Amino acid sequence: MSDINTQRRQFIKTSVGAAAIAIAPGMMLYATAHGKSEGASSKVRWGMLVDTTQCTPDCNDCVTACNKENGLSGGTKATDSQWIRKIEIKDVRTGVAHSLPMMCQHCEHPPCVDVCPTQASFKRADGIVLVDRHLCIGCRYCMMACPYKARSFVHETLEDQNPDVPRGKGTVEACSLCVHRIDKGQIPACAEACKNKAILFGDLNDANSEIYKKVRTVASDQIRADLQLNTGIRYQGL
Amino acid sequence: MRLLATLLLCMSFSVAWATEANTPKLDIGKGGECVRDTQWMRKNHMHLLKHQRDETVRKGVRDEQVSLKNCVECHASKSDNSVVAREDSFCAGCHRYEAVKIDCFECHASKRRAALAKKDEQ
Ligand code: HEC
Ligand code: HEC
Ligand code: HEC
Repeated sequence: MSDINTQRRQFIKTSVGAAAIAIAPGMMLYATAHGKSEGASSKVRWGMLVDTTQCTPDCNDCVTACNKENGLSGGTKATDSQWIRKIEIKDVRTGVAHSLPMMCQHCEHPPCVDVCPTQASFKRADGIVLVDRHLCIGCRYCMMACPYKARSFVHETLEDQNPDVPRGKGTVEACSLCVHRIDKGQIPACAEACKNKAILFGDLNDANSEIYKKVRTVASDQIRADLQLNTGIRYQGL
Repeated sequence: MRLLATLLLCMSFSVAWATEANTPKLDIGKGGECVRDTQWMRKNHMHLLKHQRDETVRKGVRDEQVSLKNCVECHASKSDNSVVAREDSFCAGCHRYEAVKIDCFECHASKRRAALAKKDEQ
């Protein structure tokens, strides 16, 4: 199904692309005036560029902000949900170390979506990879398929969830790129919280966006680029 | 003609039944006007919710008015801010009577946002 969709999108893109670009500048991606929105657009590809040279090992602000925004406990046991986590990597020969946040990489070709038996794992038109918790049966195939260990399973009953971020026992969850904030025109909580401005969020397809220009001028990497998943999250300075 | 009469008769029966004394007395919350006609909602609220759910989650089409959050904001009791906490809470009261079981509030907040915010501060 996703194949057909991609082709269709591609077709629409190429056929009406020229016209769309002519009218698009200045047009909002969302119309929130009446509390109604147009929905996700396939012209958009949300992504992030993480500058690891600005990310410090002792700082956990992005993680804390994520936990608060999404109502996670902040625990780090195997059974606790972690949507974003800090990891330290070190080149054993040179001793050069990096600290970086790791989360769902919002792949263009997400393995979690491939293995999902119920189509609960899906990629939204604007590139955000999500779990539709209404369809998730908790089989956790996606957790095993993910090369980034980015997904968590909710093991226990939860109470008093954030109204904007429903979560519940028996389903798999992960970084949603703060989809509820994006749809309101805000940026993800982690990007907002980073005091070193190490997380640049934006539309990888928008030629006027900062991220579009930056990924074209500075060297950046995709983690496990060899898997050819074309991640939406890129890292600079590794 | 006979058909029409029968229809009318049936309808008046069901109205009479609906107002019968043993139907649950619900705490409707804030009051005001529902997002659709009340009678229509009684019959179709589940379809409205499920449609909106798929639109929002899969396509990112958000319509605040018919979101589940908005039902809770308006229908939560003025005394405990919940749609499910008591026997006569709006969603729970009617579903208990109708023997319907929903799992929505295992994930979705069943309380008014203001009540949750207050709890955070404590
Ligand atoms: C396992 C957790 C879970 C359960 C159970 C669940 N939902 Fe959801 N629901 C979610 C998540 C996660 C979202 C996405 C929230 C977002 O992106 O804003 C969502 C979004 C929605 C939305 C759109 C957002 C809104 O507030 O209107 C609707 C409508 C909805 N759900 C209805 C339902 C209904 C009706 C049920 C019960 C039949 C239900 N859900 C059960 C997790 C759940
Ligand atoms: C602004 C307030 C408001 C909002 C928002 C609202 N409602 Fe209502 N709703 C009402 C009122 C008032 C009634 C009429 C209650 C009565 O007269 O018994 C009503 C009636 C209903 C009824 C029929 C109740 C009965 O006694 O037969 C259902 C079911 C219902 N609403 C469900 C919903 C759902 C689901 C949503 C969210 C999509 C929602 N409502 C949103 C105010 C609201
Ligand atoms: C006036 C009575 C009444 C009220 C009030 C009411 N419901 Fe319902 N609801 C029903 C009935 C009856 C059904 C089952 C209809 C059926 O099975 O055909 C139902 C079914 C549902 C379903 C589908 C369940 C399923 O298994 O598919 C959902 C979801 C739902 N209601 C949500 C709500 C929410 C949320 C509220 C509170 C905002 C609410 N309802 C308030 C009577 C009510």
